[in-house]
Order: sequence, then structure tokens, then C-alpha cells
Amino acid sequence: MSSVASPASAAAPSSPEPLIVARGLTKSFDGFEAVKGIDLEVRPGEFFGFLGPNGAGKSSTMRMIACVSPVSSGTLRLFGLDPARDGARIRARIGVVPQLDTLDTELSVQENLWIYGRFFDLPRSECRRRATELLEFAQLSDRADSVVEHLSGGMKRRLSIARSLINDPELLLLDEPTTGLDPQARHVLWERLYRLKQQGVTQVLTTHYMDEAEQLCDRLVVMDQGRIVAEGSPRELIDRYSTREVLELRFAAGTNDQHGALLAGIGDKQEVLPDRVLVYADDGEAALSEAHHRGARPESALVRRSSLEDVFLQLTGRSLVD
Amino acid sequence: MSTPGPLRVVNSHVVVFRRFWRLNVLSSFVQPMLYLLGLGVGVGALVDRNAGSTDTLGGVPYVAFVAPGVIVTTAMTIGALESMWPVMGGLRWRREYHGMAATPLGATDIVLGHGIWMAVRAGVAAAAVGVALALFDDTRSWGLLPAIVVAMFVGIAFAMPTMAYSIGAEMDGAFAALQRFVIIPLFLFGGAFYPLSQLPEAVQWIARAFPLWHGVVVARGFTTDHGAPIDWVAVAGHLGYVALWAVVGTVVAVRRLERRLYP
Repeated sequence: MSSVASPASAAAPSSPEPLIVARGLTKSFDGFEAVKGIDLEVRPGEFFGFLGPNGAGKSSTMRMIACVSPVSSGTLRLFGLDPARDGARIRARIGVVPQLDTLDTELSVQENLWIYGRFFDLPRSECRRRATELLEFAQLSDRADSVVEHLSGGMKRRLSIARSLINDPELLLLDEPTTGLDPQARHVLWERLYRLKQQGVTQVLTTHYMDEAEQLCDRLVVMDQGRIVAEGSPRELIDRYSTREVLELRFAAGTNDQHGALLAGIGDKQEVLPDRVLVYADDGEAALSEAHHRGARPESALVRRSSLEDVFLQLTGRSLVD
Repeated sequence: MSTPGPLRVVNSHVVVFRRFWRLNVLSSFVQPMLYLLGLGVGVGALVDRNAGSTDTLGGVPYVAFVAPGVIVTTAMTIGALESMWPVMGGLRWRREYHGMAATPLGATDIVLGHGIWMAVRAGVAAAAVGVALALFDDTRSWGLLPAIVVAMFVGIAFAMPTMAYSIGAEMDGAFAALQRFVIIPLFLFGGAFYPLSQLPEAVQWIARAFPLWHGVVVARGFTTDHGAPIDWVAVAGHLGYVALWAVVGTVVAVRRLERRLYP
């Protein structure tokens, strides 16, 4: 699918101009400040992520970047253009996969692509040609004539992504693209997004799934309550804010606090959650033997690698998905 | 050469309509035909037998008097109904307006595109009724052609304010209210089926405040031969008032949609 490869791939020298630049960006709705002054840069070809729980301000930020929500204060530039003045011109160069599908469910898969292509003023023949290509890319060729209403959730998301690529965008914005999908459908989607990345399409993603951010993002920011609380590659963030390994212990209901006290001092830190106790340690097995040694008798014990979930917990004291 | 934004929106309406046109055209045609037969033939037989009525109706058979009323109310109904649920759906259910808002198109394109599409829909429905009317001696007239154009304008004059109302509406229960308190009363008391002079003065003024009566009066002037030349100044006045509704509705709809789509 050569046509999906955007000019971004051609323009990938060592220090390219950032595609997105935000400085002191805020967004307020009737006195409520959803985004409280964020700075960021996204470079061409990058896969950039916003990780955070619901209500962190990810979607508000995303909507400003998509030029469908005016900036309250601060500056935002895309391709060097100002959304307040050149919103339509910027939107012509980006693709958006919204959190809620905006597909026309009464139309066929193909018709959805055609009418969307026309919104960008692509010639009819071009719409048809690209629709055929994109359906292949989205693995929906055999469903081209199906009415969207009858597609599975995963297929609808893939169609949303195919549709967002109809204008051959230089930048693709994905707002929680896999929320509500089953694990298999998520993996299919991830694979397609990775393919786009290889073709050089710059992508910006919001998610509250740490595995998604870890799988896809070159670089990400962790957002909480309208602010950026950390920034880096998934690996950097884990190294900086967490230990190499995590020991997860489950105890009989209602005894977590008491066990937390018993385990005090093991590893770097403990975290008592409603359903389990986490022990952060570079050597999880050693921490587990020490716990046994102190007389802890967990119902289950698991040693695993640190994840972004742990980073978030360390940064905010709360888990990503509650 | 680039296609203007509103026409790109119209294109999407056409693609959707292609799927449902049979049912749609049939229902927008059958209903006026039922009114025409029921009122024109049934009630008309009674009215025409009453000697005094020919004065009130300007000396034409009742069916000829009613015909332009049916053309124009058909356009009104299409314009209003097609700007209720479909508009709310575009914002809340199917959400296709949000899809459009993410492209180079904006609120103005969506509203103007809707207006053009309503002109087409109302025009086609009015024309279908016009074709049927041309089949009968009592109602056949070249005046049907300008009457269809007038009906189209009335369709837009109801569509645009209704669109503005639907964009602001929180629930579709608001539509039942609009139908019960505006559309149906206008249909019955708006001068389509009998002269406004039959009604109390206050009701007449309410009817004159809406675009329907103005459209019906102009259309009737074209389709019925009342022995006097057409007063073009009056026609311009009536149509200007109809256009005012369309323009105000459009301006309010754009402003409201802008706020909803780009909060």
C-alpha cells in the first residue's frame, strides 16, 4: 500500500521540524479546566502516546490537535500552522479516528469511504481507487458491500481507521482506538497501526491501556488531572519510575493492610491495592523468599516485569483502569 | 476544480437517500394524494354544491382551490420532518456531523448542504404532487410550475429554523411538541384548505406570522385563474417574508452547530 506512505516518511532527516508543537496549552469548559498547561512536541514519523486514566485531559488535548476544539490559552501549531486560523487546511492533512465511531451505519463499508473521500474533495475515481486499497489494508475487502451496522466492533474500528486514511494524511490521530474491543481484535488493530508506522505515518494515540502504549509508542507522556506528569519512551519511564521487577501478592480478603505492614522494607517500595499487594524490587524472587521468611502466606504470588501501569501508580498513587 | 463544501455534504445525503428513496418518495407522495382525494373530491363535492362558496373561493372549484395548498403543505412537511430526527441523528446517534467536522468541512458547509438538500427533497415532493394534479382537468395549469418553485422555498423556510431547533434540542421529545403545536396547527389553520378569512382575526395573524400562508397565497395566485393579473409586488413581499425565515434559520443553525461541533 504505497499510497498510505505519507510525505512524512520522505522527510525524516536527523532533526526534522516538529509536526506538532504545543506550549502552555490549556482547555477550559465553563470554568472547568480540563487541560492545565501542557508542552509537547511530536516529530515526523514518531508514534506518540498520551497515557492516563479517564478524565486526565487526553481527549480534550487530542480534540485541540484535531482542530475540532479551540485552544483556550497557550499556543498550538501543526505543520507550522495555527488551528485558529487554518483549521480547515490542517484538517485536510490529518486523519482522525474518534473515540466514538462516526460511521454511517446505514451505508455499506465502501459507501462510507466514498462519501468521506468526497468531504476532502477527492475526485470520485480517486475515492474508489483508494477505497479498494484501504479495504485491503483494513482486511475488509470481502465486506465491501456489507452494511456497517452488521459489522463486529473490531471491523468497525478497522473501517474507522481505513476511513481516516482516505486523504493520505501526514498525521493520524487515534483517540482510544481499541477501547471496548476483545483481545484478538486489539492485536489485529495494533498490527495494522504498526504497519502504518513502518510506512512513515506520524501517529498520536490516547489510551488508558498501558500494554497498548508499551506496544505502540516510541515516546509518550503520562497525563493526570490535566497535566503531564512524566515523559519518555516506555522503557525510560519504567526505568526511571519503577523497579525492574514487581512481586504481586494476593492475600485473603481484608488482610492486605496487615500484610503490607508485615512486608515493610522488602524491595524499594510496597503498594497496597484493594485486591493485591505490590512489592517493587529489582529481584522479585528474592523479595518473595524474604516475604516467606517473614511468615507471609499469600494465596498467590507472581513475579513480573514492571509496566507502565506501575509507572502510573508510582506517579499518581492510583491505577489507570479502576 | 474544487467542489464547494455544501455540495460535498449534499453528495453524502444523495448516497444515503439512494438506499431509501423508494419508501421515501412513495410516502411523501401518497400522503398528499390522500388529502387531495379526500378533501378535493369528498369535501369538494359538498362545498361546490353550496352556491355561496364560489364567492369565498374566488369562483374556482374546491379541488382547484385546495391543490396549491396541498403542494405547499407537502413541501412544508418534508422540510420540517427531515430537519428533526435526521439532524439530531447527525449530532447524537449516527454522529455523521462529527465525522464531517473532522474534515476540511465546517458547520457552514453542513448547514448549507442540508438546506440545498431540503430544497431538492421539497422540490421533488412538490413536483410529484404537481404531476398528479396535471392529470385532472380542474387542476391542470401552467401555474403548477411556479407553484412548485414556491413550495420549494417554503420547504427551506421550514427546514432551516427546524434545523436550528433540532441542533439545540436535548431529546427527540421536542419534535412531538414542534409537530403538535406548530406543524399540524399550521396545516389545519394556515390557509391551505380554506381562506384565512374564515378564521377569527387573532388566528389569522398567527397564521400570517409563519411562512406557509404566504407561500400558499402566491402559489394559488399562479394556479387559479381569478380574472385579475398577478400583483408582482405582493408576490415579492410574500416571498421575501418566506426567504427571511430561511435566512434567519440558517444563521441561527450555523451558529448553534458551530458551538456543538467545535466546543
